[in-house]
Amino acid sequence: MVKLASAEEKQVKRATRAAYGVTLAELAAEGLPVVAVDADLSGSTTTKKFADADPAYEKRLFNCGIAEQNMIDVAAGLAVTGHIAFTGSFAVFGTGRAYDQIRNTVAYSKLNVKVAPTHAGVSVGPDGGSHQMLEDISLMRGLPGMRVLVPADYAAARAAIRAAAQTEGPVYVRMGRASVPSVYADGVELEVGRAYVLREGSDVSIFACGVEVEQALKAADILAEQGIDAEVIDVFSVKPLDEDAIVASVEKTGCAVVAEEHSVVGGLGSAVAETLARRHPAPVEFVGVQDRFGKSGEFEELLEYFNLDAPSIVEAVKKVRQR
Amino acid sequence: MQAQQLAEQARHMRVNIVRMIAEAGSGHPGGSLSCADILTALYFGGVLEHRPDEPSWEGRDRFILAKGHAAPALYAALAQAGYFPEEELATLRKLGSRLQGHPDSNQVPGVEVSTGSLGQGLSIACGAAAGLKLDGTSQTVFALLGDGECQEGQVWEAAMFAAHHKLDNLVAIVDRNGLQIDGSTEEVCDPGDIAAKFAAFGWDAAEVDGHDIPALIEALASAKASREGKPHVFVARTVKGKGVSFMEGQAGWHGKAPNADQLALALADLGCTEGEEACRG
Repeated sequence: MVKLASAEEKQVKRATRAAYGVTLAELAAEGLPVVAVDADLSGSTTTKKFADADPAYEKRLFNCGIAEQNMIDVAAGLAVTGHIAFTGSFAVFGTGRAYDQIRNTVAYSKLNVKVAPTHAGVSVGPDGGSHQMLEDISLMRGLPGMRVLVPADYAAARAAIRAAAQTEGPVYVRMGRASVPSVYADGVELEVGRAYVLREGSDVSIFACGVEVEQALKAADILAEQGIDAEVIDVFSVKPLDEDAIVASVEKTGCAVVAEEHSVVGGLGSAVAETLARRHPAPVEFVGVQDRFGKSGEFEELLEYFNLDAPSIVEAVKKVRQR
Repeated sequence: MQAQQLAEQARHMRVNIVRMIAEAGSGHPGGSLSCADILTALYFGGVLEHRPDEPSWEGRDRFILAKGHAAPALYAALAQAGYFPEEELATLRKLGSRLQGHPDSNQVPGVEVSTGSLGQGLSIACGAAAGLKLDGTSQTVFALLGDGECQEGQVWEAAMFAAHHKLDNLVAIVDRNGLQIDGSTEEVCDPGDIAAKFAAFGWDAAEVDGHDIPALIEALASAKASREGKPHVFVARTVKGKGVSFMEGQAGWHGKAPNADQLALALADLGCTEGEEACRG
């Protein structure tokens, strides 16, 4: 089992986006030809931290201004000339505004571009529905050859950026704005194509990604008090999906709940359901945003409002176990 | 290459273009024929440093066909330059062929990046130019855009980026044939004075006769040699369907293949001789 955060480390709240710039600087120091391309959000995405880490890195960050379509294709051109190009912006613009660029240039040409926006999901909070990207996993997962990584916390985000840099070809890394408690110990290494069992159990499988991993672990604690033994699996790599790990868990538990800070249409829930439908049909419940847009509010308030919090996962577990 | 030989390359390129599109039964003859002289200048006029027997040679200049629907022209240029056999041109758009309807860089040697969705090529060229500068290498990036393509907003995002980042190793060419699918560019959505627009964005902009091969070579070579902090653009005045009388200036020939009778007429217009070797299917 991978190393999890100690009780003390769990209290340390950090945003996944905070991992971005510092990890790029680390990779550059290790000699990898990483470059970053952002769109007037280098402070928010933290790619500026990469540029500021060393005078030599300053010219390796390209600011496109507010022009996300250009951002993706400039990254494509940098990849064509041998660089590992990471893109910025918020998930809503960095995927949705530039979907055609990601599809027709990055994915179709199989370029070494890492689409790694921040501020995904409801974590943007008060900015509201226009800025809360809830369809990005669905959009990126549908692209042939695109790898999709959804880190649960700061340490996982560092691992995701490293894994993306070390994987040839297009990778999507989904990061958020909000500070969240630590799940993993710092320095954890996570792999493309893997899901990780964080808590073993026999009554229900809870598959989660991103900030929902923490909520799933909390839900498992609540369920344990009620005599329900939940298995919690972090589906760090939504694509490729660790199908064997998913099937093995449901073979044991007989039912599943999938939790994601994303629409229930086309995301992790769909990926898990597709796998189970083919390999081991079983009842599944979906915790996610129910086919609607987001709205303004603080992150924690929104988790509750959209039924993404631990009690909502507990409810879904009870429902799926009765089916 | 002498002027006579260059003209012959361009003529033969046009023969290849109409033959392969007729054989495919679909494709874009108008915008392929309009840019044949530009591609001749680039590939056979000594403008592009490239090695057909070593497509990934690090010292090469980069060419990006932003107007990806002119794939037949690019394929003809690459085949005539020796990247792959000319006979293969007859497989254009057919199942199993690497010559896709729009260029696929994972399949065709000499194609730097897949294109086809308009508006993206200039941004990709900007990234490539920035990447080469970052590495301290001296190669030049060339991009060929359509004039209708300049209606895409992203072209102007790229124009702003290139000037801001002083990409003087970037040379763009706009194939100003004046026509797009729905009619003339002026009727559909007038792009106006494209050279003036690029100049206003901070580019070194000029117009050139897109069918005068020696003039194109001189202009492109001089832009390539000039590194004074500004990206370069040439608005090349061309005739859509150039070289085939009944296609010239006709928007209807943007994306339509000639039938057998029309092919015969087109080949006669192009002075195609009975035994001219090319992509006969």
